Amino acid sequence: MAKEIMNLSAGWQKLTLALRRLAIVLLLIPGLQSAAPAADGVAQPVGDPVVEARVNKLAEELRCLTCMGQSIADSQSSFSSDMKREIRAMITAGKNDKEIIEFMVQRYGDFVLYRPPVKSTTWLLWGGPFLLLILSLVFLAAKLRKRRGQVATELTATEHQAAMQLLGKREGDRP
Amino acid sequence: MRRFLFPLAVFIVLAGFLAAGLRLNPREVPSPLIGKPVPAFRLAQLQASDKSIGPEDLRGKVWLLNVWASWCVSCRQEHPVLIELDRQKKITIVGLNYKDERTAAINWLNQHGGDPYVVSAVDADGRVGIDFGVYGVPETFLVDKNGVIRYKHIGPVTEDALKTKILPLAEELARG
Repeated sequence: MAKEIMNLSAGWQKLTLALRRLAIVLLLIPGLQSAAPAADGVAQPVGDPVVEARVNKLAEELRCLTCMGQSIADSQSSFSSDMKREIRAMITAGKNDKEIIEFMVQRYGDFVLYRPPVKSTTWLLWGGPFLLLILSLVFLAAKLRKRRGQVATELTATEHQAAMQLLGKREGDRP
Repeated sequence: MRRFLFPLAVFIVLAGFLAAGLRLNPREVPSPLIGKPVPAFRLAQLQASDKSIGPEDLRGKVWLLNVWASWCVSCRQEHPVLIELDRQKKITIVGLNYKDERTAAINWLNQHGGDPYVVSAVDADGRVGIDFGVYGVPETFLVDKNGVIRYKHIGPVTEDALKTKILPLAEELARG
């Protein structure tokens, strides 16, 4: 019994040690992250909260092309930090949101936008789900109409008899 | 039997779409720059920092712009292909040394079999790269005599890509 308790407390000690190590590592990671962009020479958020809010709003609309499925705002990649730097520079230069988005589309194409524009090549993308909905509704309506047309037919006496025989019941047990 | 026909048809169509989707490379984003003039730039040269290079210097030539960096792993894969292409003297290869350090870039060239570029432009902060829509290195652009981008190759240049697409198109552009 005493040995078991010893074992248990040894295990507990190991666990707390591991947790402490994990905590230290976790503390270090944010430190590394905030140090990295500065070392990279990338402009750190420069105080102006209005500019930063616009940078973030625009960054959420743009796709990080190197990380797939992440917006520039969500991503920590060097591509995204370059893009954010470029957006920040354009905002400081007095460009409006539309001009900035256009700048990105001219270089990276519509794919850079999280909300692609409606045009001839993208109508299927936008209209596809609605088209599918309409098609399935038409299909459902046709099915239901067909079902309504099928009236239950009465069995003739001989058919009924045969059915009863198959079910192993005697004549006269009519339901 | 007939009631299975419709689901089967739906399944086949769906499988067809998915199969086509599997063949697409999600990293290959079609460039909106094809058919457009090369973005203007004037950058310092890698091997001679006191000299500069810009697209105007290459007017009248069909040339390749290869975006590379010493930190780029797949660049090692295409480097021998570019060196061989340079040896054949079929086309002018210009480098865009993207977000790199000068000494690291020069050392990298020396370590990997030489410099296949007539000249490399130094794009240390990657700003010119943004104008070219660069999002992954290596990328290669084919530019015609009038300075119009005609083709973009994403990822390492392979012998196959040169033989089947880039060189035939370059020859056509050189003739026309």
